[in-house]
Parts: sequence; C-alpha cells; structure tokens
Amino acid sequence: MVRREVTGAHYGLRDWLAQRITAVIMLAYTLLVIMALLMLPKFDYFTWKALWQLPLMRYASVLFILALLYHSWVGVRNIFMDYIKDSGIRLTLYVLVILALVAYGAWAVQILWGR
Amino acid sequence: MSSTVGRKRPKHLNLLQIRLPVAGIISIMHRVSGAVLFLLIPLLLYLFQLSLQSGMTFMEFQEIVRRPLVKLILLGLLWGYLHHLFAGLRHLFLDLHIGISLETARLTSIIVLVAGIALTLLVGARLW
Repeated sequence: MVRREVTGAHYGLRDWLAQRITAVIMLAYTLLVIMALLMLPKFDYFTWKALWQLPLMRYASVLFILALLYHSWVGVRNIFMDYIKDSGIRLTLYVLVILALVAYGAWAVQILWGR
Repeated sequence: MSSTVGRKRPKHLNLLQIRLPVAGIISIMHRVSGAVLFLLIPLLLYLFQLSLQSGMTFMEFQEIVRRPLVKLILLGLLWGYLHHLFAGLRHLFLDLHIGISLETARLTSIIVLVAGIALTLLVGARLW
C-alpha cells in the first residue's frame, strides 16, 4: 500500500506573499495618481499628455501594471479553482487569462510609450 | 468508533436563507469586485489609450465619458476599486494580527463597506 501525504503544490505561500506585495505596490501607485490628479492645473490634452510623459509616471505605471497582472492572475486563478470543477475547462481558462493579461501588459506599455 | 465519511451531514446552501455576517459580505464583495475589475481592464485601457493618443482622440474620450451610462459604469468600477482596496487593506492588517477580535473585525468590516460607498458617492457628486 502506498501512503501518500498531502503536501500541496508549494506555490501557496509564494502567491500569498506576492498577492500582498503587489497590493502594496498598487496602493502606493494609487496614492501617486491621486496626488498627480489633484496637482494637475487643468484638464486638457497637453497637460494630460505631459503628465504621462514624466519618467516617474511612466515607470511607476509599468511597475503598477506588472503588479496588477500578477495580482489578477492569482485572484482569477483562485476563483477558477473554487468554482470550475472540470480540469480541462479550468486549464483552458487559465491559458486564456494568461494570454489576455500578457496582451494587456503589452498594450499598456504601447499606450505609455507609443506616440 | 463511528465513521464520519458516509454520514449525511446537514447542508444548507440556500443562498437566500444564509445570513452572512458583515465580514462575510465584504469578503464576497472583495471577490466579486476583483472579478469585475479584471473583466473591465480592456475598457479602462481603451479609454486610457483614447485619452493619450492625440488631441482628436482626447476629445473623443471626453465625449464618451460624458455619457451618463459610461459615467455610471466608471463610477461602479471606482466603487469596485475602492472596496477592493479597503477590504484588501483590512486583510493586510489582519495578517499582522491587528484587529482580529470579533468586535473589531466586525467594526472594520462596516468601515470598509461604508468607506467604499462614501468615497464613490463623493467622487460621483464632484464629477457629475
């Protein structure tokens, strides 16, 4: 008889921690954006464009996007784990979510650096 | 020793009859708001792109966000974001063993719920 011990997949602690670190990054970014919006002298295209061309805003946004993508992945995966019983469907959904998130990341960078 | 494996356990899964404590309510709202925020990422990216691409698309952007329905959706999203943020912040404190007594946990749940709604209404009133 084979005795198996339930050990889990070992990414639980890592993702638990990552979910919290990414949350704090996004919280800091949220405060930064609120401050930037409050300090915006007026809301027209040139002021708005200039704001997002600041290196601080660009790189903070990239950090935010990376945090957001990882955070979304962990969250959405957990929801699927809870409700989608069929592993084939679940795996398909995982792949679709990963593809979507990677595409969103690329899109966001293109918005920030494209002309 | 009687086995618990085969025994029929009472189940009560009528969602309309389960009375969730307020901590449970903000918890399920944390999940739902997270899911909705994930689903609406493309909408936000699209609007963000419009606002930055050119002066023309910026005007288009302003035109779109002025529509009442869009405003309502964006305010709903803002509520989702704020609720998710506050509920998440509460989680971080719970992880640090701050506010884990029943009364405090209940109180902070109410604060999370109210803060999300109040801030959304405040921003909504200013932008409408």
